[in-house]
Amino acid sequence: MANEIAVKNFYNQSTNKHTGILSWLLTKDHKRIGLMYMMAIMTFFVVGMLIGILMRLELIAPGRTIMSAQTYNSLFTLHGVIMIFLFIIPGLPAIFGNFFLPIQIGAEDVAFPRLNLLSWYVYIVGAILVIVSLFLPGGPIDTGWTFYIPYSVRSSTNISLALFAAFVLGFSSILTGINFITTVHRLRAPGMGFFKMPLFVWATYATAWIQVIATPVIAITILLVIIERAFGVGIFDPALGGDPILFQHLFWIYSHPAVYIMILPAMGVVSEIIPTFSRRTIFGYKQIAYSSLAIAFIGYLVWAHHMFSSGMSDTARWIFSLLTFIVALPSGVKIFNWVATMYKGSIDPKPPFLWVMNFIFLFSIGGLTGLVLGSLATDIHLTDTYFVVAHFHYVMFGGTGTIFFAALHYWFPKMFGRMYNMKFARIAVVLYFIGFNMLYFPKFIMGYMGMPRRYYDYLPQFESLQRISTFGSWILVGTIFFIFGYLFHALRKGKKATSNPWGGVTLEWHIPSPPPLENFEKIPTITHEPYDFSQLKEMKDE
Amino acid sequence: MSGNNKHHISYGTYILVWAALIAFTSITVTIAGVNLGRYTLFIALAIAAIKSALVINIFMHIKFDEPIFKVFLGISGATLFIIFLLTFFDYIYR
Amino acid sequence: MSNHTDTVTHPVHRDDVGAKMGMWLFLFTEVLLFGGMFLVYAVYRYQYPDQFHIAAMELNTTMGTLNTIILLTSSLTVALSIAALQKGNKFLSLCFLSLTLLFALMFMVIKYFEWTTKISHGIYPGSPELLTKPNGQILFFGLYYIMTGLHGLHVLVGMVVISFMIVFIARDKVTSDNYVKLENSGLYWHLVDLIWIFLFPLFYLIQ
Repeated sequence: MANEIAVKNFYNQSTNKHTGILSWLLTKDHKRIGLMYMMAIMTFFVVGMLIGILMRLELIAPGRTIMSAQTYNSLFTLHGVIMIFLFIIPGLPAIFGNFFLPIQIGAEDVAFPRLNLLSWYVYIVGAILVIVSLFLPGGPIDTGWTFYIPYSVRSSTNISLALFAAFVLGFSSILTGINFITTVHRLRAPGMGFFKMPLFVWATYATAWIQVIATPVIAITILLVIIERAFGVGIFDPALGGDPILFQHLFWIYSHPAVYIMILPAMGVVSEIIPTFSRRTIFGYKQIAYSSLAIAFIGYLVWAHHMFSSGMSDTARWIFSLLTFIVALPSGVKIFNWVATMYKGSIDPKPPFLWVMNFIFLFSIGGLTGLVLGSLATDIHLTDTYFVVAHFHYVMFGGTGTIFFAALHYWFPKMFGRMYNMKFARIAVVLYFIGFNMLYFPKFIMGYMGMPRRYYDYLPQFESLQRISTFGSWILVGTIFFIFGYLFHALRKGKKATSNPWGGVTLEWHIPSPPPLENFEKIPTITHEPYDFSQLKEMKDE
Repeated sequence: MSGNNKHHISYGTYILVWAALIAFTSITVTIAGVNLGRYTLFIALAIAAIKSALVINIFMHIKFDEPIFKVFLGISGATLFIIFLLTFFDYIYR
Repeated sequence: MSNHTDTVTHPVHRDDVGAKMGMWLFLFTEVLLFGGMFLVYAVYRYQYPDQFHIAAMELNTTMGTLNTIILLTSSLTVALSIAALQKGNKFLSLCFLSLTLLFALMFMVIKYFEWTTKISHGIYPGSPELLTKPNGQILFFGLYYIMTGLHGLHVLVGMVVISFMIVFIARDKVTSDNYVKLENSGLYWHLVDLIWIFLFPLFYLIQ
């Protein structure tokens, strides 16, 4: 970027007196912090992905292929812990939320820039603790990412340290949440009413509330397990009167809302991309905004659908099953509004839009199979099988993961000021779709046939489906490396991006790519609706 | 520069509230000695709720602060209530 | 990245309402943290009402009441210290804050004696003495140690925060026109008090 010195942007302007790496490590700029999160989070994504491909390789044939059963136990635990706590929960809010939330509401920065930087360091400390727990005597954790009692108290592996790492990571998540809520309430530009905010901001705002209100519950759960391991108080030990199911309640009181921490910002990104590439204002703006809040709220009422077979009361089972179906309503509102936005729009199928199409297809499969699992009778048959694993990956990877790539393709030119190769990007979408479905769709079938999750070995009748799944994993991982490859190439050699390559109208497209340090020369005054494409003409004249 | 909330509470009000808190404490301790059966817990919690309302409204200024803070408080309170309610659907009917 | 780094100095942007909003949000996380604990308590009290009753008899109500009064008073002194600073009376404000610190210390000392007395009677998590008791009582004392322990930890953190405030006021970093830090510390301290308001009847007053 040597020839960009003339143009001021956040890469060559700093909030502190340092240069080089220190100017990043001590920065208070939300964009730099967002990029620092991106580096860290994508590193862990790759690690988690490589662990995943190793597990798939192990399962290519029955019996031992490349690792021992204990190693396999550790790998699926690590895959879960890394992907959930280090990639998907912080992923969209900490990277794209940090980078674009202040810009989209016309602010110079978040409300608490120093706290923002602190949250990054807290994240890194948590991540380091996870890694340290692998190498200390005792060995890597082997309980699965859910840390279920009683095994998590009895296992001799380094559970306490890994749990403490999750505690620390939760703290980072809380700090981000507090920051975003305060930013949205206090730093909106003049004229930017709540109902003029872009929908990504709405979604991130709803997410921030879940981060603040739900995360403390996992914190106390984690503390209780650590105390249990250290002192044997008996809180969850039936021999001393405790109730192991209460652990599951506490765990899912956080961890179910947490899946909405993962998916809501993704839905926000979709609500940004669809209008931009349909050249049409979003259909049902308010309904989408409210549905984000509704999902955040209803997401609290359904946690025990993870526990249908745990032995809790029948009354609780049908109540939670009923409540679970209600979540489908706001999610449906979103899907229908997105489709309605495209209807009669002038659709421009650029890569970010194609990624969103990918999302809608994969997420719909994930969502519909969720209904199968949410209904009590079918869940009893399918619980703890590959069906759950497939559902979860379709929702989380096919949903949030796909949108992670959509957001990356949508905002890449804005973040880095360069454009990637469109043709490669289109090929990647197709390959991703093939690899993804090959990897995960057979798991629905195997799960339905009775293949339990987390098993190291399997019966011969599953062999061909397991093999297809493993082949799929190669295509998918290959595609993801291909994406990283052409994006990395674009970073160095890509064409310069204009300030508004897609013809978007939210505030980030009004400023140069990459943005200057405090985003706006002058804090803008908002007069337009968020997706009013009639401003495009004025924007060209600017 | 956005100023601080300028509503200042006098020493007298604070001391009055403190006296009320102490009074409620002695009431709750006294009542605990009386056997009221199943109402004991209810009364103890009701008094605790009154005490916390005093602390939140006066000591913590929420009565005089931005109205949005009250909304926030309502959200977190409601969440806690829902968590209790739904969890007890399991334990009551088990 | 370019080495020609420009430094941009901000005009100091101050938003006291925003700062307080952040603090309140943080307090909600504390409320939910203890809320999870209270949920555990509620479930086990529901399952073992009689055992909780018997076990609670062993706690020292006098000490509990004394600690309640001490903590309520410390809440008052924090509030008074803010009021004093608002009126520009730095000295009085410092006096009240120091009193708060003193009360907090008293609370911890009493707590210490309570705990050590219990422990010397052989009642602590995993002790042979405790394990001979029925399950409900084991859970009661387990919860007693965890919840008052967690609360005590918050008192300690509060003491550190208040000590910082004393230094800040003394050095005029917190003044009569810029006291949001003190207000936020006060909010934290009141929350610690608030939690105790619920812990007290739930542990000491089940007679």
